[in-house]
Amino acid sequence: MYVAVKGGERAIENAHRLLAHERRGDRDVPEVTLAQISEQLALGVDRVMTEGSLYDRELAALAIKQARGDMIEAIFLVRAFRATLPRFGATEPVNTGEMLVRRRISSTFKDVPGGQILGPTFDYTHRLLDPQLAEGFVPEQPATAEASQAATPRVTDILGRDGLIESSPQADLDAPVGDLTREPLNFPADRDLRLQNLARGDEGFLLALGYSTQRGYGRNHPFAGEIRFGEVEVEFFAEDVGFAVPLGSIELTECQMVNQFKGSTTEAPCFTRGYGLAFGKSERKTMSMALVDRALRARELGEEAAAPAQDEEFVMSHSDNVQSTGFVEHLKLPHYVDFQSELGLLRKLRQEFAEANEAVEMQEAAE
Amino acid sequence: MNPTMSSTGPDSKQAQRKAAMTVLAHSAAADIAGRLAAIAVPSHENLREPENGLVMMRGRIGGDGAPFNLGEATVSRAAVRLVTGEVGFGYTLGRDAHKAQMIALCDAMVQSAELSGEVEAKVIAPLRVAMNAERSRKAAETAATRVDFYTMVRGEG
Repeated sequence: MYVAVKGGERAIENAHRLLAHERRGDRDVPEVTLAQISEQLALGVDRVMTEGSLYDRELAALAIKQARGDMIEAIFLVRAFRATLPRFGATEPVNTGEMLVRRRISSTFKDVPGGQILGPTFDYTHRLLDPQLAEGFVPEQPATAEASQAATPRVTDILGRDGLIESSPQADLDAPVGDLTREPLNFPADRDLRLQNLARGDEGFLLALGYSTQRGYGRNHPFAGEIRFGEVEVEFFAEDVGFAVPLGSIELTECQMVNQFKGSTTEAPCFTRGYGLAFGKSERKTMSMALVDRALRARELGEEAAAPAQDEEFVMSHSDNVQSTGFVEHLKLPHYVDFQSELGLLRKLRQEFAEANEAVEMQEAAE
Repeated sequence: MNPTMSSTGPDSKQAQRKAAMTVLAHSAAADIAGRLAAIAVPSHENLREPENGLVMMRGRIGGDGAPFNLGEATVSRAAVRLVTGEVGFGYTLGRDAHKAQMIALCDAMVQSAELSGEVEAKVIAPLRVAMNAERSRKAAETAATRVDFYTMVRGEG
C-alpha cells in the first residue's frame, strides 16, 4: 500500500531558509568571497575540482561556500553542475613531461637531473599552530633565484632508458578511451577506466587503501619515484578550426610510484609502476592513487590478489564519495512503509517466539 | 626547407594563429579588452554565438602511455566573421564567453593581411610580454626552493 507523505512543504521551505541564515553565520562578520576561498583555501578548491571532476576554480569555490565547507556536499554540487553543460569533446592528452614545474621531488635519486625542487610545501614545517596567522599576518615576499634552463625529465623516463622499469602501456588506436561518465562500469575494467575512477575517487578512501597496502594488505614495495606539481598546457582539436587549439593551462599534480620488480624466464626483471594524476595541488591524493593503481594491477602482474586494495570491483564500486553519500544518506528519507512491514514481521516473530516458549514451559512443567 | 613556404605557407599561418591563441587564452579577459580598445576593430558578426561547455581532459597512463579521462573542465567558444570575410575562432578554459569572443575576433584579425601586423604589435605582443613576465616570476620563486646538496667533509683525526 502506498502511503502519501505530504504536508512537509512548509517545513522544508523554512528549513532551507534557516539553512541560508546559518550559512551566512553572524551577520556582523564580513561575508567570505569566492576569491578569498579560491586564493586562501586553495587546496580545498583543488580537492573539490578533482573529486567533483570539473576544473573550474570559481565554481569549486562557490560550491564550498554553498556547502558551508562540507567538501563532499561541495563535490556533489559540482558534479550536478557539470550535467547542465554540453560536452564539446575531449582534449589532447596533456604532456606532464613539459610541465612548468613549481615542485618536483624524487625520493629515489638525490641528484635527479633538473634537481629537487621543493616548491610551496607543508613538508618540513613543524606542524605547530601559528598564532601569527590568526589576524593580519603579512608574509614576506618569496625568495627568488636564477631559474635553471635545464629540463626536468620524468624519473621514470630516466629509469626507462636503461630498461630498469617497465614502459607505460601504449594506446590501442582502435580502442576508444573508456569513459565511466558515459558507459556503465563493467568488470574487469581496463586501466584507463580504473584511473578515471581513482582520479575522481574520495581522497580519504584512497588514502586508507594505499596505507593498507603499506601495512601488508597487498604489499608492493613502493618508492615515490617522482612527484611533480605545476602548469601544463591544454589543447583541444576543434573540428571547426581544423587544428588543435590552445585552451590555456591547468595545474596538475602527478605521482610516479616505482614498485617491486616483475620478470619472467623470457623477460628481464624490472621495476613496475603505479600512477597518480589529479587537478591542482593534490599530493596526498595522487600518492594514494598511485599506490592503489599499482595494487589493482595485481592480476595483470601475476600476483595473488587477496587484499581489499587489489579487488577492483570493491575499490571501484566504493571510491566515489557522491555515490557513497547518496546511498548512505538516503537512509534519512521516509522509509515508513518499509519500516511498517518490518515491524509487522517482527511482531509476528516475537509472538511465535513467545508461543513456542510458552509451549516449552508448559511441557517442562508437565514433566 | 623552402623559404617561401616557411614564411607565408599555411603551416606558418597556423603556427602564428596558434601562438596568438596561446597568449590570449593565458591572458585575463580585462587585459585583452584593454588592448583591443587601443586598435580600430573592424566590423564583424558572430558566426557562432559565444557559448559555455565542457571538455573532457585527458592524461596518459604513466605520463607517457595510453590516454585516460582525468576529468572535465569548463570551456567557452565563439566564432566571428570580419566584414572582409576572415573567420576567427576563440576557445578558452573557463566560463567567460566574452573572452572567447575576443579571442575569435583577434584570430580573425591575425588572418587578415591588413590587420595582422597591428593586432600582433598592439594586442598579442604586449600580452605575451606580460605572460612571460608572470612565468619568469614563478620560475624564479620556484628556483629558490631547489635543494643544493653538499657532502659533509669529515675532519682528519
